[in-house]
Amino acid sequence: MFVRLSAAIAALSLLTGSALAQGAKPTDPQIAHIAYTAGVIDITAAKQAITKASNKDVKAFAEDMVRDHEAVNKQALDLVKKLKVTPEDNDTSKALSKQAADKLAELGKLKGADYDKAYVANEVAYHKAVNGALETQLIPSANNAELKSLLQTGLKIFQGHQQHAEHVAAGLK
Amino acid sequence: MWPGRTLLLLTALMLGAMAVPAHAATIQIVMENLVVSPAEASAKVGDTIEWINKDVFAHTATARNGDFDVTIAPKKTATSVLKKAGTVEYYCRFHPNMKAVLTIAP
Repeated sequence: MFVRLSAAIAALSLLTGSALAQGAKPTDPQIAHIAYTAGVIDITAAKQAITKASNKDVKAFAEDMVRDHEAVNKQALDLVKKLKVTPEDNDTSKALSKQAADKLAELGKLKGADYDKAYVANEVAYHKAVNGALETQLIPSANNAELKSLLQTGLKIFQGHQQHAEHVAAGLK
Repeated sequence: MWPGRTLLLLTALMLGAMAVPAHAATIQIVMENLVVSPAEASAKVGDTIEWINKDVFAHTATARNGDFDVTIAPKKTATSVLKKAGTVEYYCRFHPNMKAVLTIAP
């Protein structure tokens, strides 16, 4: 069916899989870039959902995503400014952005209830993948205590979003 | 008649005032970093809950049994007065991993 492993999730799996196996730990500037990119991806997907979704719970969920992820990313920007760290683009961020763009195009072709289900299913999978990457790779690799703490708050909020998305998905069946 | 009605009204007001619990308290429940504290709180009917949201995210205190549903904007405090006794589990609708219990005595 339309629920299939999104490419963005595959990129995150790469991060937790092969990159970890090679012992290539991302640096703080790279971690900041990956976390920020992951947020931007979800905001972009949510903005598409706000215009395309037909179900009111799906639309409300998308509005929550924009609000929360913009708040997290604002905190992230404030923190990197304070720490005088310049977020550094990297292969994981690039792969995430490219594949999220593909997913956005794929979702863009769907309509009505099909779109709603596909968007929410991707949100569940995407938050699950981001949480996995945060837990196993990004948080343990972060050196700066404030960055680590922000990522930990991010993890809690994304876990909340995953549960919220699962709840919305259950309501669509 | 006017005087009679006024008296009745006054009596009703006085009775009403007496019905308000003598020890109505204000209880603070804080939401910070997506954690509700205290996770278990006790209160009485008539008490006021001050929901303090220290996060940059909006939260809700939503009773599973439908008794209350309060939305607290980022960095704001909302208040609600408890009307019904019971042990109420509540959570945040936006972040359902935020859970707590409020025990309300009659």
